[in-house]
Amino acid sequence: MSNATAKANILGRLRAAPRTQPPPRPDWTPPVFGEQKIARFRTMLESVHGEVVETTQGAWSADLRRLLDERGVGKLLYGPASGLSDRLRQDCGPLLMAYDRPVEVLKDSLVHQAEAGVTSCRAAVAETGSLVLWPTAAEPRLMSLLPPLHVAVLPASRLFDNLAALMEAENWAAEMPTNALLISGPSKTADIEQTLAYGVHGPKALLVLLLTDA
Amino acid sequence: MTELPKGDFTLRAPAALNDPTLRANFRRAMDGLMTKRAAQFTDKEAWTALRERGAAAKARVVARLPELLEQLEANCTANGIQVHWAETTAQANDIVLTILQRHNVRTVIKGKSMVSEEMELNHHLQAHGIQAVESDLGEYIIQLAGEAPSHIVMPCIHKNKAEIAALFEENIEGLGYTEDVDALTAAARAEMRKAFAAADAGISGVNFAVAETGTLVLVENEGNGRLSTTLPPVHIAVMGIEKLAEKLKDLPSLLSLLPRSATGQHITTYVNMITHPRRDGELDGPHEVHLLLLDSGRSRVHADPELRDTLRCIRCGACMNHCPVYSRVGGHTYKFVYPGPIGKILSPQLEGLDCAGDQPHASTLCNACVEVCPVKIPIADILVRLRSEASHPSDSPAVKGAGSRANWRESWGWKGWATVYSIPWLYALAGFMATRFGNLMPASLGPLKAWTSVRAKPRFAAKTLHELAKEKGYCDE
Repeated sequence: MSNATAKANILGRLRAAPRTQPPPRPDWTPPVFGEQKIARFRTMLESVHGEVVETTQGAWSADLRRLLDERGVGKLLYGPASGLSDRLRQDCGPLLMAYDRPVEVLKDSLVHQAEAGVTSCRAAVAETGSLVLWPTAAEPRLMSLLPPLHVAVLPASRLFDNLAALMEAENWAAEMPTNALLISGPSKTADIEQTLAYGVHGPKALLVLLLTDA
Repeated sequence: MTELPKGDFTLRAPAALNDPTLRANFRRAMDGLMTKRAAQFTDKEAWTALRERGAAAKARVVARLPELLEQLEANCTANGIQVHWAETTAQANDIVLTILQRHNVRTVIKGKSMVSEEMELNHHLQAHGIQAVESDLGEYIIQLAGEAPSHIVMPCIHKNKAEIAALFEENIEGLGYTEDVDALTAAARAEMRKAFAAADAGISGVNFAVAETGTLVLVENEGNGRLSTTLPPVHIAVMGIEKLAEKLKDLPSLLSLLPRSATGQHITTYVNMITHPRRDGELDGPHEVHLLLLDSGRSRVHADPELRDTLRCIRCGACMNHCPVYSRVGGHTYKFVYPGPIGKILSPQLEGLDCAGDQPHASTLCNACVEVCPVKIPIADILVRLRSEASHPSDSPAVKGAGSRANWRESWGWKGWATVYSIPWLYALAGFMATRFGNLMPASLGPLKAWTSVRAKPRFAAKTLHELAKEKGYCDE
């Protein structure tokens, strides 16, 4: 049985069925938060075990170094071609571990050695406390997933009320990236007796550096 | 846990009901899930507007299914995702196997997928020397136990901590017996990291495939779905042909309804949208992405304008969590891949009433499932329709095995009743006999037994209503 035959048979059966008119999409307005946008984002992200640290464009990398030292993080995965890299080299130099070759080459160190990964964010959503990442060649997909700590740098101006507003404002439908992600807190599971446990596969902790002046 | 007997629901349910551990495990879980969901939808107006929007989005998919599938295929293909079509689960298994064999795959890592359960994919792969490792913690636990999922969202909900601790002690080298959930989770993480690093391919399900952009949307909390679809060089996504969204703008309402209805979360930890395989210059992600579209009875369901509402389902499991039957007997009692209210209408339609005709009867028609369904599937109406199709088939081509539960006793019983009811003297005679001698009938008598085995035998009144009315001077002409 070829793929074409299966397709023709399935579509043939679907087309032979009686047609019904598709209903219109009724109006629905997702919530907006006005002045409370940052507060909402923080509350929602903290409710799922995420941490939000307010900082500035001038101070974030030094703040990050201090926070990593406090936590005893020795190896920070970063993208050498990322927009964050100059500042990271300046303040976190000795900790840095570059994601600069394909995963096939780096797999072992990515899976077993990286203690934290730092990425920028494309945007964030206040309603659900979600970070929006569109990973790139400079900041690959696994950076926010494999290390036990994910640090995300978020300019406050990139915070949107809700996902619908973001998708529309930036016309996502025109072209989607290889991978788009919403990240709301660290990896978690409640599969054992509905008891929450963090870091089952991905990061155990998520730290957002919110740049209030950017 | 009690081994459930073979046979249909009526034989299996008593065994489940008599298992106090199973009852306690489900009661605790369902109560928690119902409370969390209720907390999400306290604003009735907002819930209604959101639900109308989500239901319309999925109703549009069902109404435009053939066009949207073609659009999805065209867009995925343009994006570099290879699309495959399978009419049956056997075809689907062969397609997956062929792809894996072409890449000399020995181990695949799997994210959660109910369609792969429908296909019994793991068995098929194992029979051909390929090991499939489930990476969702719940799926991993039941894979260790050699069991099937008992809930479509929380597959090992029937197991308690002690049972899982014993399972891990037995299966994970160097781990002693511990009921500490963090320790159990950490042990699973360590095992899984090894499996992920070794896997040659990843297999996942799909929550929504967006026709407009050719994007596969997966939601999850653990990150195993992201790992399965990012780390190995090949990713195969399997989905039923109904799991589409027409446009990207349909996602926000659906992504809001799904996790809030399922687990009472505002959003899952990860929403993973995949539109391309790895592009030149990118450092990770699979080089090949395949999308397998499985029919397996769905196009038949689609043929009936009433029954096709079943295909709106977004697999949140809220109907199970709120079902007075499911929450007492658990998912395994149904015996089919999809348990609970949605399973009671889906299984008989996919598998046929001849083999799953017991399912629509495993319901009290209390309507709790209909009230919580985020996409407004009229589950109770469809249950009644399927009960009717099982013994009095309509001419709809949508129901496989319609009429298979017709039996001469029931059929003659109704014919007899119709005859008696239409002849006044015969009706009076029958009433006289029932009131005078009905109570002499033993409770264990044939058809009465099904009723009296779990209920008190009803007593007939001494006189019929007609007789009583006549005595009071009412005219019964």
